[in-house]
Amino acid sequence: MLKIENLHAGVDGTDILKGLNLEVKSGEVHAIMGPNGSGKSTLGHVLAGRPGYNVTAGSATLLGQNLLEMETENRARLGLFLAFQYPVEIPGVSNMEFLKAAVDAQREHRGEPPIDAVTFMKKARETCKIVDLDPAFLKRGVNEGFSGGEKKRNELMQMILLEPRLAILDETDSGLDIDALQVVARGVNAMRSENRAFVMVTHYQRLLDYIEPDHVHVLADGRIVRSGDKSLALELEARGYAWLEEEVA
Amino acid sequence: MSQEHIDRAINREYAAGFVSAIDSDTLAPGLDEEVIQFISQKKGEPDWLLEWRLEAYRGFRQMEEPKWAHVHYPPIDLNAVSYYSSPRSMKDGPKSLDEVDPQLLETYAKLGIPLHEQEMLAGVAVDAVFDSVSVATTFRGKLAEAGVIFCPISEAVHSHPELVRKYLGSVVPRKDNYYAALNSAVFSDGSFVYIPRGVRCPMELSTYFRINEARTGQFERTLIIADEGSHVSYLEGCTAPMRDENQLHAAVVELVALDGAQIKYSTVQNWYPGDAQGRGGIYNFVTKRGVAHRDAKISWTQVETGSAVTWKYPSCILRGDNSVGEFYSVALTNNFQQADTGTKMIHLGKNTRSTIISKGISAGDSSNAYRGLVRMSPKATGARNYTQCDSLLIGHRCAAHTFPYIESRNPSAVVEHEATTSKVSDDQLYLCQQRGLDAEKAVSMIVNGFCKEVFKELPMEFAVEAGKLLEVSLEGSVG
Ligand SMILES: Nc1ncnc2c1ncn2[C@@H]1O[C@H](COP(=O)(O)OP(=O)(O)OP(=O)(O)O)[C@@H](O)[C@H]1O
Ligand SMILES: [Mg+2]
Repeated sequence: MLKIENLHAGVDGTDILKGLNLEVKSGEVHAIMGPNGSGKSTLGHVLAGRPGYNVTAGSATLLGQNLLEMETENRARLGLFLAFQYPVEIPGVSNMEFLKAAVDAQREHRGEPPIDAVTFMKKARETCKIVDLDPAFLKRGVNEGFSGGEKKRNELMQMILLEPRLAILDETDSGLDIDALQVVARGVNAMRSENRAFVMVTHYQRLLDYIEPDHVHVLADGRIVRSGDKSLALELEARGYAWLEEEVA
Repeated sequence: MSQEHIDRAINREYAAGFVSAIDSDTLAPGLDEEVIQFISQKKGEPDWLLEWRLEAYRGFRQMEEPKWAHVHYPPIDLNAVSYYSSPRSMKDGPKSLDEVDPQLLETYAKLGIPLHEQEMLAGVAVDAVFDSVSVATTFRGKLAEAGVIFCPISEAVHSHPELVRKYLGSVVPRKDNYYAALNSAVFSDGSFVYIPRGVRCPMELSTYFRINEARTGQFERTLIIADEGSHVSYLEGCTAPMRDENQLHAAVVELVALDGAQIKYSTVQNWYPGDAQGRGGIYNFVTKRGVAHRDAKISWTQVETGSAVTWKYPSCILRGDNSVGEFYSVALTNNFQQADTGTKMIHLGKNTRSTIISKGISAGDSSNAYRGLVRMSPKATGARNYTQCDSLLIGHRCAAHTFPYIESRNPSAVVEHEATTSKVSDDQLYLCQQRGLDAEKAVSMIVNGFCKEVFKELPMEFAVEAGKLLEVSLEGSVG
């Protein structure tokens, strides 16, 4: 589904990703861990097409299509979803309006008519329940005045409604209380399917107790330096990253 | 998002920019007493009105063009402007729509304003003003049943001279300011409304102003009188063809809300704004003011997206005790447009209240200024004002300015002012695009959200229109 080869990328001429390789197959869940500043968020933004990020070498394809040449919105329409580590606010635009506009834009791209407002309202309310947000949040401005945890749940709500093929969750578990962590896990587990893949960036092995990953990778200094199964996460939890960085050096 | 994206999202075609091939009698350019006599004669005006015009003109000649507004444009040669243009077919004064030149009807149909009553929005009566004359006023019969008078002002001069004479210039004096004096001297047509005591006007009233002829100015004059305890909602719309030269529009609107009356005046101003390089467009220099007597309420709502230069301050004189003034404004400037707009709330009576909500949106290389005056006079005991003034910037070449003036001479009066400036940020656009929205849709959604408080004040049909208009006006602003 997602294939990244020798990816070099950065911002303003600085190299952040330095030859990254990763393959994610349909139906899989991958966890990416790694020290602060190693390039985990950068990877998500480069794949999603955030303006200002330049790719200097390598390739990335999603469902066989060259991601790196597509407009940001077309990558989303192809099925790429990025849950942001730091979600931004859009004051005045209601969550509901935003969600419907996004869903309709993706439907339009697939040649489908806009979703009927009543049906969508019902769906949105159900989704609120899954992510444990009061339906009143649908009327509030996008992320406007939301707490850190509420923003993360709102990201999850967007993911559930947009039904992406590949979801990249950038520290969606950070800053969440234990209950919320289970909410995230429930949301992701409910969406796991043969046709969908997840890449979860996290600092905590705890999340992986709830969402069992097929693969765990360590990203350090812009490269995947170690890959393994779930046990790698436990090892990292016990030993930190220093031993790995030494090994690589 | 890059500037180039922004530019693309904000610049779209101006849909009302066509010229109708209509034979017109257009006065040669130039301004002097003979021109004024000509206009007055054309309309068969009584002597007092001609004298009134000439007095305004004498005043005008002593006045200087105001320079304090935050707008810049080359000097306007008033002698290069024609002060009267009328479709030739209107010469014999068609008695009904069937006699009106089909070309004229087609022009309005193309603008989305069918003048045949059966095709119109059921609840809206329209006065259509084309260059210097009113070509049709619909639903007059139905309105007359309620005692409502809605007709061209040139006609009201004959049919209701006592009302016109009493109120014309009573709110905006003839020599109030440079452009108001010019208008008083040369005004051609506009709408007249009278709502009798205690009557709730049974439908929305609206006037649609269209400039068609080249090198002409439009100087319309609107007078609305709401007698005691009456209610009326009035809407004004404006468009003009795309031309490389600038055209002048200097209107005067006077509102009189007698005791307990309510007037809601909404404007969707979409005069041609000029092209992406800043060539052409309308100079919109307008004086709008209302007087609210005891317990009366005047509410101005404006959505300003057009014109190359806008200079406009719809104001309320809160004369009577407990009277209320409101001003809700969305002003959007793009490319090289300049707007200096706002309001004046003059609190004279006790317990008078006013609310000002202003939303300025600047994109491209444009400049957008809010200028507002809140004056609490010594007698305005217990008066209150709340002002909220928000600016939204799109891209990094545009500018927003806020000039609030507060004069309080009554210690019991309360004046609150809040102001914010925000930007449509790259991160917001990125979020929207990551969810599958294109940049244009994203910007228009963000801007619409920003304007929500004002749009909800517009009559329903027009709130939708206003949203669409913003979308069109924003095209090419995102990059
Ligand atoms: N816009 C930018 N301009 C300059 N440097 C940047 C920019 N964005 C990221 N960087 C740098 O790139 C490096 C990788 O950042 P990134 O956000 O990808 O790290 P991360 O692995 O997600 O870290 P964390 O675990 O703290 O979230 C950091 O050193 C960061 O400072
Ligand atoms: Mg990060």
